[in-house]
Amino acid sequence: MTGTPILTATDVVVEYPGKGFRAKPFRALHGVSIAIEQGKTLGLVGESGSGKTTLGRAMLGLAPVTGGAITFDGQDITHASRRQRRALSRDIQVVFQDPYTSLNPALEVGEILAEPLAVQGVAAKDAKGRIRELLDRVGLPQDAVHRLPREFSGGQRQRVAIARALALSPRLIVCDEPVSALDLTTQARVLDLFLEIQQDTGVSYLFVSHDLDVVRHISHDVAVMYQGEIVEQGPAEHVTRTPDHPYTQRLLLASPVPDPVRQEERRANRLRLLAEQREQDAQAGAGTGASISAPADDAEGVSVGDRA
Amino acid sequence: MTEPTPAGQSGVVVRSSVFGRIVRNPLGLTAIVALVLIGAAAAFAQVLAPFDQNFSDITNTLAAPGGEYILGTDSGGRDVLSRLLYGGQLTLASALLCASVAILIGLPTGLIAGYYGGWFDSTASWFANMILSLPGIMVLLSVRAALGPSVWLAMIVFGILLSPGYFRLTRTVVQSVRNELYVDAARVSGLSDLRIIARHIMSVVRAPIIIQTSIVAGVAIAIQSGLDFLGLGDPAQATWGIMLSDGFRNVYLNPLLLVWPTLAIMTTIASLVLLGNAIRDALEDGQKIKAKRRPAGEKKPSRSAALPTVEAGTEQHLLKVSNLAVGYPQADGSIKKVVDDVSFHIDRGEVLSIVGESGSGKSQTAFSILGLLPDTARIVGGSIQFDGAYTVAPGDETVSSERLSALRGRRISYIPQEPMSNLDPAFTIGSQLVRPMTVVLGISKAEAKARALELLAKVGIPNPQRTFDAYPHEVSGGMAQRVLIAGAISCEPDLVIADEPTTALDVTVQAEVLDLLRTMQRQLGVGVIIVTHNFGVVADLADRVVVMQSGRVVEEGDVLEILRHPKHPYTQTLLASMLEDKTPMTKLTVDAAGGIA
Repeated sequence: MTGTPILTATDVVVEYPGKGFRAKPFRALHGVSIAIEQGKTLGLVGESGSGKTTLGRAMLGLAPVTGGAITFDGQDITHASRRQRRALSRDIQVVFQDPYTSLNPALEVGEILAEPLAVQGVAAKDAKGRIRELLDRVGLPQDAVHRLPREFSGGQRQRVAIARALALSPRLIVCDEPVSALDLTTQARVLDLFLEIQQDTGVSYLFVSHDLDVVRHISHDVAVMYQGEIVEQGPAEHVTRTPDHPYTQRLLLASPVPDPVRQEERRANRLRLLAEQREQDAQAGAGTGASISAPADDAEGVSVGDRA
Repeated sequence: MTEPTPAGQSGVVVRSSVFGRIVRNPLGLTAIVALVLIGAAAAFAQVLAPFDQNFSDITNTLAAPGGEYILGTDSGGRDVLSRLLYGGQLTLASALLCASVAILIGLPTGLIAGYYGGWFDSTASWFANMILSLPGIMVLLSVRAALGPSVWLAMIVFGILLSPGYFRLTRTVVQSVRNELYVDAARVSGLSDLRIIARHIMSVVRAPIIIQTSIVAGVAIAIQSGLDFLGLGDPAQATWGIMLSDGFRNVYLNPLLLVWPTLAIMTTIASLVLLGNAIRDALEDGQKIKAKRRPAGEKKPSRSAALPTVEAGTEQHLLKVSNLAVGYPQADGSIKKVVDDVSFHIDRGEVLSIVGESGSGKSQTAFSILGLLPDTARIVGGSIQFDGAYTVAPGDETVSSERLSALRGRRISYIPQEPMSNLDPAFTIGSQLVRPMTVVLGISKAEAKARALELLAKVGIPNPQRTFDAYPHEVSGGMAQRVLIAGAISCEPDLVIADEPTTALDVTVQAEVLDLLRTMQRQLGVGVIIVTHNFGVVADLADRVVVMQSGRVVEEGDVLEILRHPKHPYTQTLLASMLEDKTPMTKLTVDAAGGIA
């Protein structure tokens, strides 16, 4: 990777305390390292339980980091205090997955957008002007200011959430599955908006998603997570089209394509790949555990790996 | 329907306020008027009352109503009306004091315990539990014995006794919103905890606290009157309880004396409870739509009447939906159609996919075939026929559950979207598979069990016996969906309806479930309707495709034809929104600048 990283994470470990007396803590991340460059997008792809959301939350100070270090702009923010966080909120912002629960249902859109501005001590009059700009920026009508979140559709709510993230002109936005809850056509328009904002403002994204197609479309670099570790990392084109790691290969071939003929090919390729990987695992034997592919280490010997 | 709210909509949006909704509720309005009147009467007792509360006319005790003493006099010759007014002062004020004390203690502790948890939560909960376990009346009696007959003291103590109610309520509500994403977003914005609580958490706690208070105030009035009735109050001050006690002692001489304080207590408490209910209804914000009453004389169409025969030449279709329209009655009497003029058919051994975005009516269509529409739904038009007989005949208003229960499970089965929420956590997977088979197929339990194990093996579950004995929470989402597929094919149906069967699953698991569905469909030769929004799933499984938008079918045809050469602009837009095979970092929509998502 070239260029200067704006945010780096080095061997980050996140552990949640276990339930019950002297219970073993649950380790969600096992030493994860990433770097996000200025003005670029790092796509983070993985399935449920892979730890991709936890990594995003660790950068925001919402997950307990028990090892490693996170730096932003050269400054260590691993265990930033509330005061430091308030200063950081100018630079790091967030867009969550679910636009239905990420906006307070009791507050009008204008109040939601004014909140980050008020925390930074922006005068009410200036805030009003800024909110008008923001609504324009994300393509919402001006009268949205006095409406409640429930009066908007999912895509429009996500636009409000994006506007809130943009309010302080941050340099990095952590996007946690921001388009997963949206319809196909809405997803396309919101992705367009993300790209447009990046071109205009030079903001960096950490873009978390379970969808390889979405990540390929929006990212410069891609990291693939599996069971709390990054198994593959590199330029988007390479990782999402010609992946090296067996898990990424499986992930790529599992996603169906919208054409019956090509999908049949892909299906055949996938089954062939699975058979090959099973054979390799069988040859590798039980000893080394070099591969972490699912089918072989499934205690039951499931015909095809199945861990949801 | 991608966007229910049209883009660029302007003008003031009318939102009815909570207060407005309470006032429009007749019971709420009555309660408010009654409480205001009672409150005003008590507040202005000094002005309104003809006599002082303790002014005594010894020569005229137990006088009947009328004349100088409007409601008569009590056993001490005191004016009943004046005492009622002054008594209201003390009674209402003590209820207010009691509720304030309970809130002042319960609310802040509940907020802190709910938001931060930890040691404060454990300690406060321990105290709350201890207070709750104290017998209230005993405590109040001991306090009176130790400290004298003060109404205020008694009400403060009672307020403390009631505070755990507020504590628990607040704590539960706060815990339920503490991990909401908007609270996280506020934290990322750098808001202090105090501001997060004041802005984001108090708004959620407010309503239940108000409702609780209206109930607590009623209880406080009842307890306070009860104590006075027992003669434990301060005899120097008139209260409704003391008047009740006096009336009770003279019940044979002047029973009317009992009526006035009872009326006052009853009206006040009833108004408080009704007000609480009205606030709750107003906050729930749901418009209740009354079922349309049939005009007198119009008889309910008899279900047993002979069904019309289906149109000739269409009997061979496994399922045929013709011009189906489904609607929901609105508050203003109109009917909102969610499915309109939908027609398609499916033959045996065919896989039909219904594609559309949220709000396209695809699930509603599937549910009307299954007869699983909500009770409020109406079939506005059209018909559904299955294997040559109507399940919804032309002119039917609802889906006949009688006709369908003979088919559901036996000939039509269903694979739901959320595998986990469709398995009952209280029963083992085995019992959930065996029970339908014994009922539908009429086979013995042992036979059904053998069949269930066979089916579990067939759907690719590695250790059928173990899964058979497991509870739903012990298996993964992918496994649960396999179990449901096993259940769906257990009674050898002719038609399987799968509603977004892979949407809740990870992509690698989705691929496996799709493989399984395809294999099962080929082996059993069943007709399958797949409802989905994912064109990849369509390409993987379907023979034919129906594309729906805003409740209507916009395009229907062979899968290859629709996916490669879509004719309708909406289908083209949908396919253009697919990211697969697009150049990264390019615009997906043509009119991105003007469009609004």
